[in-house]
Amino acid sequence: MQRIRIRYAKRGPLRFTSHRDFARAFERALRRAAAPVAFSQGFHPHPKISYASAAPTGVGSEAEYLEIGLQAEVDPEQLRLALDAALSPGLDVLETVVAGEGSLADRIDASRWRIELTGVDPAVAEAAVKSFVDAEEVLVERMTKQGRRSFDARSAVTHIAVTEQSDLPSGADGAPCAIIDLVVRLVTPAVRPDDVLSGLRVVAGLEPPVPSRVTRLAQGTLTAQGEIADPLEADRLAAHPG
Amino acid sequence: MSASSVFPQLEQLLPRVSKPIQYVGGELGAVVKDWDATTVRWALMYPDAYEVGLPNQGVQILYEVLNEQPDVLAERTYAVWPDLEALMREHGVPQFTVDAHRPVRAFDVLGLSFATELGYTNMFTALDLAGIPPESKDRTVDDPIVLAGGHASFNPEPIADFIDAAVLGDGEEAVLEITGIIREWKAEGCPGGRDEILLRLARTESIYVPRFYDVDYLPDGRIQRVVPNRPDVPFRVAKRTTMDLDAWPYPKKPLVPLAETVHERYAVEIFRGCTRGCRFCQAGMITRPVRERSITTVGQMVREGLEFSGFNEVGLLSLSSADHSEIGDMCSGLAEQYAGTNVSLSLPSTRVDAFNIDLAQELSKNGRRTGLTFAPEGGSERIRKVINKMVTEEDLIRTVVTAYSSGWRQVKLYFMCGLPTETDDDVLQIARMAHEVIKAGRVAAGTKDIRCTVSIGGFVPKPHTPFQWAKMERPEVIDARLKMLKQEINSDRSLGRAIGYRYHDGEPSLIEGLLSRGDRRVGAVIRRVWEKGGRFDGWSEHFSYARWVEAAAEVLPAFGVDLDWFTTREREQAEVLPWDHLDSGLDKDWLWQDWQDSVSEYEQDDCRWTPCFDCGVCPSMDTEIQIGPTGKKLLPLTPVNNLRIPA
Repeated sequence: MQRIRIRYAKRGPLRFTSHRDFARAFERALRRAAAPVAFSQGFHPHPKISYASAAPTGVGSEAEYLEIGLQAEVDPEQLRLALDAALSPGLDVLETVVAGEGSLADRIDASRWRIELTGVDPAVAEAAVKSFVDAEEVLVERMTKQGRRSFDARSAVTHIAVTEQSDLPSGADGAPCAIIDLVVRLVTPAVRPDDVLSGLRVVAGLEPPVPSRVTRLAQGTLTAQGEIADPLEADRLAAHPG
Repeated sequence: MSASSVFPQLEQLLPRVSKPIQYVGGELGAVVKDWDATTVRWALMYPDAYEVGLPNQGVQILYEVLNEQPDVLAERTYAVWPDLEALMREHGVPQFTVDAHRPVRAFDVLGLSFATELGYTNMFTALDLAGIPPESKDRTVDDPIVLAGGHASFNPEPIADFIDAAVLGDGEEAVLEITGIIREWKAEGCPGGRDEILLRLARTESIYVPRFYDVDYLPDGRIQRVVPNRPDVPFRVAKRTTMDLDAWPYPKKPLVPLAETVHERYAVEIFRGCTRGCRFCQAGMITRPVRERSITTVGQMVREGLEFSGFNEVGLLSLSSADHSEIGDMCSGLAEQYAGTNVSLSLPSTRVDAFNIDLAQELSKNGRRTGLTFAPEGGSERIRKVINKMVTEEDLIRTVVTAYSSGWRQVKLYFMCGLPTETDDDVLQIARMAHEVIKAGRVAAGTKDIRCTVSIGGFVPKPHTPFQWAKMERPEVIDARLKMLKQEINSDRSLGRAIGYRYHDGEPSLIEGLLSRGDRRVGAVIRRVWEKGGRFDGWSEHFSYARWVEAAAEVLPAFGVDLDWFTTREREQAEVLPWDHLDSGLDKDWLWQDWQDSVSEYEQDDCRWTPCFDCGVCPSMDTEIQIGPTGKKLLPLTPVNNLRIPA
């Protein structure tokens, strides 16, 4: 069985695709692409697909990962092109590599997010971020499957800063827009960008006038330098040594 | 008005609503065209939630047929849930299409497909959000033509003041003809405004424009007559019939949603129409004659539909699928083609017949076994004669025994409650039948571990059926019968445990009855219900009986009628029915005779296999039965895998 790891993006309006929606669409895409996907044994065979932690519904992503098992070997680039064509524009297959040693999950322990706060003055955002960073603990609440739950949104955050406004924010019509660069470790319960935004409200009363737009920029292993290492790098090296 | 996308405004609201994906479009098969490069533009609406509306065949077919025309643009719009509706009002976002998020008011036509009358209140929400005046008389050339289609349009009188026109029957050719008329009118510079375009539509004699007809009433509230109020429109408007389904193999490119919807399958209509003659069944009456799609066209549609969509389920749809003249070869051919592929095939509408089990066996060859549902519809032999459902108890027992001995562990039985002439005993017979099914099933399966589910629907008399004159039973009576039936099922604990029981309360059926057989006076009730907050009346969690009763009590007394008058009152032969000027092809005298035969428990055969019984449709509509067999077979498919690494 050949295993292929895939990086894909959820872009634009299709960022509102939930993980369940994506999973159904991806199974259909495998069939449309006539990919020789492997199935589990048993009474209800399921295609062999495993997902790395999925971005929340409504959050865009440039770095979602999954792995599939195939019954026959395929050319990864051919597969990428076929799957990308089989999915709606906005669900874009960016990379396919033959899986090497080790598991994908072991190579993902943090995410980098970009949060666009339309209508928020960068200076105001900066002050809120400073209060957040200075706090030892920031308790926020969220509804989970177990009911309303309170947890710390601070300790999982390894980096948070208001970035230089080098590019135009979305929906730029003269309104100010603060952009936050955020790195969060994968913990349980998960700390998501909206939890960090709740934290900014808790510590500094930051209330964006319109829903903020969030994009996951990267997932991978957090390096000692605070960067995020590409989780497919090892597979790429193994597939094409040198 | 501007047709530019409202998505930037909508996008701000989406994080705050449930299941936002249903509003963003982006489905496979969706078409977005350049607005300015087209001349005639349709917004097609299924007036229910996206999850119900998206899979609708009618809308998908028309969407594709229209978009295949180079100068025509068709987009879709659905009912928005109350959470988004509130936000759209707060932020001034209009009713939009999901394809390019254009405001609905910018289109030339807003085509509404009413599969059920319970979608009427959602029409008001859409018109209101779109900024289109609710009443036809208040609209201007800047508003779209509000056009109703679907089975409910065979009596659009309750919404006559709110729609501009209605099409009865098959839509494939009708939408192209309407497009042609609008294209020409626009090219001429829209002479005569709105009245002129509606007149041009009415002159086709198959598009109903309610404003050109006046309804006069008798002092007792009955209709005296419905007549044209101008000389140049026809007295009666005829339904459309698309002949030769092989020439219309749609949908070719089915819409594949990202959101979860009620049906996730490629559905192909294997024939249209039905002459089984079940007297309660409006679909069977208004879609005559039977027109089969050939086995080879079905095979080709399935292959291309699956390749395009990536669906792994195929539904072979019709009103009674096992009646297709080549259903055996079709099922075995498809089962062979898709053996070992995880594609499951289903035959949703089947009759009570052991032959069906053979078909189901055939279709479940590659492991996936679909459920079996049989619809005896009536519990007693007597009531089945009344409704012309020619199934004997032996037929049913033989059928379920075959099912249980072929490995099925569960079957579903569908019945109706509230049928004309029905007594308590007719309903209690359902319990006896279910008990017999379990007893026989246990013997056949050799185990006690089998089940059946009894599902009860409420009978609603529909226009253009022999029961159009019948009185409805009061909801209290229905509910009492349903309760009695439950006790009777459970009177034997051992058998009762193996029987699941599902039913609907009588109240929603009564309201559906009001809307089905209502006239123009009912329009004010619908509008009042909407004003009081009525939305999504097809959903039990949104439906409020009290709201309908209240609105009817506020509005109808002024006309000297009431809710009962429309629902629980039996009509006489001489009464002018609100839809008499709308021609389904069925001869009213034949319908009356069939109604009399029903009461005398006299059955009517199917004209596919016995001589014509003169229902009137074929001669008046210039149509004929189109059935096979063609004698053709489905050939094996060659599997493709383009992704393999070249050796």
